Amino acid sequence: MNRYPAWKYILIAVALVVGIFYTLPNFFPEVPAVQVSTSKASVKIDAGTLQTVEDALKAANVSFSGALLDSTGVKVRLPDPDTQLKARDVLQQKFGDNYIVALNLLSTSPRWLASIGALPMYLGLDLRGGVHFLLQVDMKAALDKAADRYLTDIRSLLRDKKVLYSGIAREGQNVAVRFRDSGERNKAYNEISGAFPDLQLNNVDAGGDFKLIGGLKPEAQKRIQEGAVQQNITILRNRVNELGVAEPIVQQQGADRVVVQLPGVQDTTRAKDIIGRTASLEIRMVDDDPTAQQMAAAGQVPLGDDKLTEPSGTPILVKRQVVLTGDRISDAQPGFDGRTNEPAVHVNLDSAGARIFKELTRENVNKRMAILLVEKGKAEVITAPVIREEIGGGRVQISGRMNTREANDIALLMRAGALAAPMEIVEERTVGPSLGKDNIEKGFDSVLYGFAALAIFICAYYMLMGIISTISLAVNLLLLIAILSMLQATLTLPGIAAVALTLGMAIDANVLINERIREELRWGDTPHAAIQAGYERAWNTILDSNVTTLIAGLALLIFGSGPVRGFAVVHCLGIMTSMFSAVFVSRGLVALVYGGRKKLEKISIGQIWKPAAGAA
Amino acid sequence: MEFFRIKHDIPFMKHALVFNVISLLTFLLAVFFLATRGLNLGVDFRGGTVIEISYTHAADLSRVRAAIDKMNLGEFAVQTFGSATSALIRLPLKEGVSTAQLSERVMAALRADDPGVTQQRVEFVGPQVGKELYENGALALLLVSFGIVAYLAFRFEWRFAVSAIIANLHDVIIILGFFALFQWEFSLPVLAAVLAVLGYSVNESVVIADRIRENFRKMRKASVPQVINSAITSTLSRTIITHGCTLMMVLSIFFFGGETLHHFALALAIGICFGIYSSALVMASLVMWLGVSREDLVKPDKKSGPAGAEKILP
Repeated sequence: MNRYPAWKYILIAVALVVGIFYTLPNFFPEVPAVQVSTSKASVKIDAGTLQTVEDALKAANVSFSGALLDSTGVKVRLPDPDTQLKARDVLQQKFGDNYIVALNLLSTSPRWLASIGALPMYLGLDLRGGVHFLLQVDMKAALDKAADRYLTDIRSLLRDKKVLYSGIAREGQNVAVRFRDSGERNKAYNEISGAFPDLQLNNVDAGGDFKLIGGLKPEAQKRIQEGAVQQNITILRNRVNELGVAEPIVQQQGADRVVVQLPGVQDTTRAKDIIGRTASLEIRMVDDDPTAQQMAAAGQVPLGDDKLTEPSGTPILVKRQVVLTGDRISDAQPGFDGRTNEPAVHVNLDSAGARIFKELTRENVNKRMAILLVEKGKAEVITAPVIREEIGGGRVQISGRMNTREANDIALLMRAGALAAPMEIVEERTVGPSLGKDNIEKGFDSVLYGFAALAIFICAYYMLMGIISTISLAVNLLLLIAILSMLQATLTLPGIAAVALTLGMAIDANVLINERIREELRWGDTPHAAIQAGYERAWNTILDSNVTTLIAGLALLIFGSGPVRGFAVVHCLGIMTSMFSAVFVSRGLVALVYGGRKKLEKISIGQIWKPAAGAA
Repeated sequence: MEFFRIKHDIPFMKHALVFNVISLLTFLLAVFFLATRGLNLGVDFRGGTVIEISYTHAADLSRVRAAIDKMNLGEFAVQTFGSATSALIRLPLKEGVSTAQLSERVMAALRADDPGVTQQRVEFVGPQVGKELYENGALALLLVSFGIVAYLAFRFEWRFAVSAIIANLHDVIIILGFFALFQWEFSLPVLAAVLAVLGYSVNESVVIADRIRENFRKMRKASVPQVINSAITSTLSRTIITHGCTLMMVLSIFFFGGETLHHFALALAIGICFGIYSSALVMASLVMWLGVSREDLVKPDKKSGPAGAEKILP
């Protein structure tokens, strides 16, 4: 009686062994580390890189306790945070711009554990500290910008094709071109519809005016919006890489939002500065006209101009008309002028940008243009170089009046500053590293003390059966942590609370079973029959009650966000493991303890009070 | 040890009306507080900024207040958080001021006032996101309710499903009533706790419903109230022990889990306490009022079921 089939024991044993292996990594402390990786496809990280890292550190006399190469890059373990900072500086100097040198923490768990995929649980931002941003892409601005671009393009097309028009302007998200007669308009219609298939063209006649209105077709609008989000994500990735974060997350969420998570970032101010920079890049002409200068000096800014200041502090007049926007810039790199060997910035423009730039430089030789960073309507002059000659081919070099550092900064700003559409932070959660550590401790404490109290009570109340319940609850905890580690699900503080809560709820199954066994004994069943009946009858109830709890957990998983989702994940997984441990494991243990005995007089399940005996 | 030495079934159903009136009153009271005082929605739902700061010494709230007051940021609140060295600053949403700037500016002002201050945590939620979180929360509640009703209707019978969901939503309203009465902050983790309670107390109802069904099979001669009484009585010890155990865990979270989980644990604790009551008394009596009968649960065996034969007779 109450024998348990061997395959079930094997199943339990396998679950336990796997559980132990996958839980193990969580017990090894983390040590400071520096990680060298890259975001560029052209740069390879291989054994050579590893060697370079080791040599560089040895040369700089930085002691390290091990370096390894994995899929994400080269990681170096260091004895303490001070050495970590020193090592980062050394490596940053050595590797330069094509690599990302980031501070990280590395588990000290043995290599063979990592090789079977056993990693420590992935801690959420509230546990390890870091920044979480939710950014909203301004879709209207993306469309406005697209309309602006079409306006410029249509203007140069009509000029090229010698179509006469009397005016061109943007009306909302449409481009309106006015003509003197319908003949020219028809010509324009054909030219524009041929060149720009994404535009929906309409003829509008109002008061002797012949207008042609071009608006984006819905599918083109959608494409532009999707493109804008994608471009912004790329730019955000670049910006994040400049920050040197070990495991950054930059992801699209919904149609128009981007999530940025930077775990372990210590300097949150700088992260915010770089991520939250909602700048876009504009190139405009400088107004060096003497009369305009005089007017400005007298305190009156000429119409169509903005008065700004150069980085050096001298005031500068810049025309309002934008000749080129940052999204035409495909790349910007610091470097040196081939002839003078002065620091310079090399800028690459896309084909449309190259055409515009050629025209612009041809017409404005020896005049100045200004490269502006526009942030929330405020423009800041990055640099205002003089145009020396006509520049074709889209390869532009900006040089003079800058040192290497400035060249670096300008290149970075030009590269990272070109957002397709402005973004706004709509949610931010920043947790300092010390608070994260604190949260882990508190979470751990609440699980520990809660579990201890529970175990003491259950053992006292149900005796041996209570001990079995406690063991199966401990197995539940082990399996839960193992699964969380295996799935690399994000553990948050509410997630730890869910671990505690799940244990508190999982005891229900054990209580149900034990109460049922007592009840069966009370009605005079033999111990073996009571155990049998107890587990069998309790199973239905356990199943039903867990399914309803699971429904609540799943709803939270679907609708929850951030830390709450962490709660839901643990909650749902915990329900599954608790069913396994309460039914399989505790049943197996009972069979192990009592199953072998043919004649079982008594089960150690605490005192069983019988009403009949009391009444007699 | 054996806590529960009950000789006879306790005639719960005799007093069903009393219990129902009590729960109706608590329910109405909770609704009243919700209507008059409303929930103190946290930054998650209302939008705004929360900054947690800490000092090496005890935080001087009046100085913190004075420093922020100068910045003219509208209505704000400063309170201690967890320990005397920590403080929590709540700032309302303000048009045209981005969060990044806002928290930096506040921190700069505080640093100027006392360089020993460190920023522990910043949470900013924009108005749009807050609204969405609120809507998603409501949707989740709805989804859970429907899911549970559907499952119970499938596993048991519609009367059980309806009674269980009424009984447990009544728990939810009471938790919310507490939060309205004491103006505790209602945040995302609290919402998670409320939903967890909903799932958990349905647990309870399921256990009792299960036993009612079983008793209908076993106790052929007994009346419906007798069957229900017996079911509640025999599951009573399990109900109280399970809830006691869960409550132990929740209290452990409450005492050791820190300030962030404070209200989360509180919501769970209230939910668990009321869960016992509502499942045993509200749900069971509702099932009775709705007129549950043996043949609703025990499918009569058409060939030779004495139960089936009995029920045809008047």
